[in-house]
Amino acid sequence: MTVRTLSLAYLAAILVAPVSLIFWRAFEHGWHPFWAAISNATAVHALKLTAEITLVAVPLNTVFGVLCAIAIVRHRVPGMGLVNALVDLPLALSPVVVGLALYLLYGRGGWFGGWLNAHGLRILFAYPGMLLASTFVSLPFVVREVVPVLREIGTEQEQAAATLGASASTTFRRITLPAIRWAVAYGVVLTTARCLGEFGAVAIVSGGIAGRTQTLTQYVQASYENFDPTGAYAASVLLAALAILTLLLMTVLRRGDRSA
Amino acid sequence: MAIEAHKVTKRFGEFVALDDVSVDVASGSLTALLGPSGSGKSTLLRVIAGLEVPDAGDVFISGREATALAPQKRGVGFVFQHYAPFTHMTVWENVAFGLKIRKRPKDAVRARVDELLELVQLAGLGKRYPSQLSGGQRQRMALARALAPEPEVLLLDEPFGALDARVRIELREWLRRLHDEMHVTTIFVTHDQEEALELADSVVVMNKGAVEQVAGPRQLYDEPVNEFVMSFVGPVNRLDDGWVRPHDIELRHEPNGSTREAQVLRVVRLGFETRIELERDDGERLHAQLTRDEADELELRDGDIVYVRTRKSRSF
Repeated sequence: MTVRTLSLAYLAAILVAPVSLIFWRAFEHGWHPFWAAISNATAVHALKLTAEITLVAVPLNTVFGVLCAIAIVRHRVPGMGLVNALVDLPLALSPVVVGLALYLLYGRGGWFGGWLNAHGLRILFAYPGMLLASTFVSLPFVVREVVPVLREIGTEQEQAAATLGASASTTFRRITLPAIRWAVAYGVVLTTARCLGEFGAVAIVSGGIAGRTQTLTQYVQASYENFDPTGAYAASVLLAALAILTLLLMTVLRRGDRSA
Repeated sequence: MAIEAHKVTKRFGEFVALDDVSVDVASGSLTALLGPSGSGKSTLLRVIAGLEVPDAGDVFISGREATALAPQKRGVGFVFQHYAPFTHMTVWENVAFGLKIRKRPKDAVRARVDELLELVQLAGLGKRYPSQLSGGQRQRMALARALAPEPEVLLLDEPFGALDARVRIELREWLRRLHDEMHVTTIFVTHDQEEALELADSVVVMNKGAVEQVAGPRQLYDEPVNEFVMSFVGPVNRLDDGWVRPHDIELRHEPNGSTREAQVLRVVRLGFETRIELERDDGERLHAQLTRDEADELELRDGDIVYVRTRKSRSF
């Protein structure tokens, strides 16, 4: 057997078969049950909540990701090596541990728990906690995409812009940003995918109350456990479709990157 | 003086790149900073541009104190060794950059960019991207970009370093003509003595972070002030107590009182010039430079015994 057949067989067995099965089961009885399953109030709320988390976490991580990347590459400050290593922590750490850490920090009896409770602020089992968890786990992607590109382009173009009279902000806007735009876009896509699919960390801090603090991934789990496989498959298909859309976007972006 | 660097010192950690360097550059001149790598020539250029901040000393541009001035405010055009093209912009946009950020009227920008592209022989290539240009074209684009905002001073860091030999010579002549037409005070950095002697009105020879000599090309070659300048500006032989240029060595078949015996090791024919590598009877190696006709007349072959006389020798 050639390497090609072997690797294709591996991909088919590990990736394609399970995902295809989800699609098949979701549409087994046609469009109607699928549509009914994802248009019920709980599912719609879960989708909305997931979108609300993603739409805040992604811009946050994009802005800070670009700033972090610039700091790591351009500023020779002691401790930047540590920052660089720290950025990868969310990739190495299990999301469950992240959730638990947030719990210890903001939960009842946690460091800030008492104070927050006294001031009537809710972090855990509410939107802020879920946002924190999602932002934590999706933090590395923009940084990791932008750092190598910044290294590669070097500082000469920026210096050239300065000698031509451009201020620091003009240089950033017209030289640095366009040079890293594909990397940023790619990082945004990966961050989005990670936020949409996040389960473990959010599961611990959200409480997963249907119709209130349940994200789409949690909805899948809850539906399955509540003997509603159709609902679980339908929501899974929605998540898978979003993932496929992400992949397509990445392919398009890769092309743009190469032609630039 | 268009540019004055006064007692400039710059360190990078332990390394002293510039050690109390003072240089004056006359308005409208074309000046070369010549030296081996690590001599501090590029650092001095970057200090003048404001891309490096000196640890001590002052810089004046057109009589204005510029030491603490940001590069944006110095009115200098800088051409980087590898041109630093804005890769995501077309050639036209690259050249227009310095004008657009100054919010010049659109018509004026268009007219100026077109004029410059014409000047650097890139008219018609404005829509290309830098990656689609040859090295020489990219270099000329960088030059047009630096000239666009009409800088008082043009600084070029190893402007021909990354080009192949033929293009380098063409561009050299072209840059000299351009300078004669425009009279922008220009400083360029080079490690190539031939380039410095051919192009510059005035050459600043640098070594180990200090200035060794400032002189015109002819004076520099004929009256070097020390061994370093003598050996860096043109080929030399170290003989006895003095330094001799290879073209100041005379070869003959018969001895005459003032000659020394030597054996021909190798005859190298380089077109008009013929280089003879020799070993003297005391084992000292040297080489002589003859014209082709002189060499032909002597009919020298490897292994021949000849008699060597030095016409002109310098000691320091």
